[in-house]
Amino acid sequence: MMIEKLSQKPGPWLQAAGPKSDIVISSRIRLARNVAGYPFLSKVTDEQRSQLAALIRSHVGSEAIGGRWSYLDLDDVGELDRQVLVERHLISRQLTEATGTRGVSIAADESASIMVNEENHLRIQVLRSGLQLDEIWEEINRIDDRIEDRLDYAFHPRYGYLTACPTNVGTGIRVSVMLHLPALKLTGEIEKVFRAAKDMHLAVRGLFGEGTEATGDFFQVSNQVTLGRTEEEIIDDFKNQVIPSIVNFEHRARQCLTKERVLALDDRIWRSYGVLKHARTISSEETMAHLSHLRMGINMGRMKEIDIATVNELFLIIQPAHIQKLNGSRLTGPQRSIARAELIRSRFGNK
Amino acid sequence: MDLACQICEKAPATVHLTEISPDGERSEQHLCEQCAQMQDVTPHATAHVPLNQMLTALVGGSKITARQIADLACPQCKLTFVEFRNSGLLGCPNDYDAFEKALAPLIERAHEGSSHHIGKVPRRLGTPRAVENDLIRLRRELDRAVDDERYEHAAKLRDNIRTLETS
Repeated sequence: MMIEKLSQKPGPWLQAAGPKSDIVISSRIRLARNVAGYPFLSKVTDEQRSQLAALIRSHVGSEAIGGRWSYLDLDDVGELDRQVLVERHLISRQLTEATGTRGVSIAADESASIMVNEENHLRIQVLRSGLQLDEIWEEINRIDDRIEDRLDYAFHPRYGYLTACPTNVGTGIRVSVMLHLPALKLTGEIEKVFRAAKDMHLAVRGLFGEGTEATGDFFQVSNQVTLGRTEEEIIDDFKNQVIPSIVNFEHRARQCLTKERVLALDDRIWRSYGVLKHARTISSEETMAHLSHLRMGINMGRMKEIDIATVNELFLIIQPAHIQKLNGSRLTGPQRSIARAELIRSRFGNK
Repeated sequence: MDLACQICEKAPATVHLTEISPDGERSEQHLCEQCAQMQDVTPHATAHVPLNQMLTALVGGSKITARQIADLACPQCKLTFVEFRNSGLLGCPNDYDAFEKALAPLIERAHEGSSHHIGKVPRRLGTPRAVENDLIRLRRELDRAVDDERYEHAAKLRDNIRTLETS
């Protein structure tokens, strides 16, 4: 089945090869939409919820949008498989934890998905690696138009696209960029980024967005204002100001580390290499921290022993659900740590 | 120039209030922080107050009272405004109209003071809506251009606005 195939290798957007990919892991845009004539999800009856799912399902597939899409009814997807979808950023944690009829339509190349009955009736998302917001906007706008040709969205003359939570009303757009900022973390300047982002009404979160803490070296920056600005204005801010300035800041921190603390820097990179190459049991959190150092080392030209594609792939497949999928059976926490260490050693050419 | 508090007449006045009555009459008050707090006028005064009072503070200018807010309910989905305050989620599209008075200040606060959508418009609603949004956007750009003294750009924007208005 589809998820079995998915968990074998990263989708194209996860290969982290796009523009500015030494620092920008990926870009994503989400649009929140609701179908006119129905209550929002907190007030639907079970029957209305099922009707909505059936109605939306018939308009979010290949026929409506073009390209190849598959629809999954989340009630038919086991817990582990749902977790695989979360780890691949195809659905939100909120959708897995919700109850009642809900689903997701996924584009064959995993670059787009449409969640059905999450917080809003529809949540469309398009993802790309690196910084590619214009391309993403073009694609998500096209998908949105296609759906809109067939479904009436709830739209208000003053407030625009209506959403269950008024913080998303208007454009319903959430632009998010995932950044790898290990040098700013090492120099302690990351706090300045947080403060600047807050001043600009941007949210900074962890790897899995809402509800996840900004720990480790990966940070997701998103807009919070969705009303009173056009989609293009919101996107341009990210493309021309927010992201370039953070990327510059990280570059400067990397240069500073090379100039002033090169021994400490190399020590950190090579220790991480050593741990990953030889560990017999390792948690996903520790693995992420070491992989982050390797990613930085490779992108700074300080390490050639392993290639960036391997590191990027490992970020995905060392996660708990992926490890179990690859192993073909359910594993306890300690068993996962052993399987994870084995997998990493094999990728590092060390049995 | 240190002004003394108008109430205790001892401590320096650090809180300055200007009130303008509905008929445009202006009155000023200069208070020290302590007396201001006693008068319930500092921001601290609203930091830990019950929901009803906070709602009143939020909708300060408008005529709606806390009592009226507590009674607000959507005739379509039956959600009450108080339920919305607790969950953060609305029950149906009609809530935006049913709760308009109470909701508008919250929306503006969440969106840097904005109260109108100027982005994408569904194609089925046709061009009039899209033109309206363009006009709002152009007028805003015009204000900005005038503020920045970019008069040539401003003139172009003004012409664009006229063309749209007459089309």
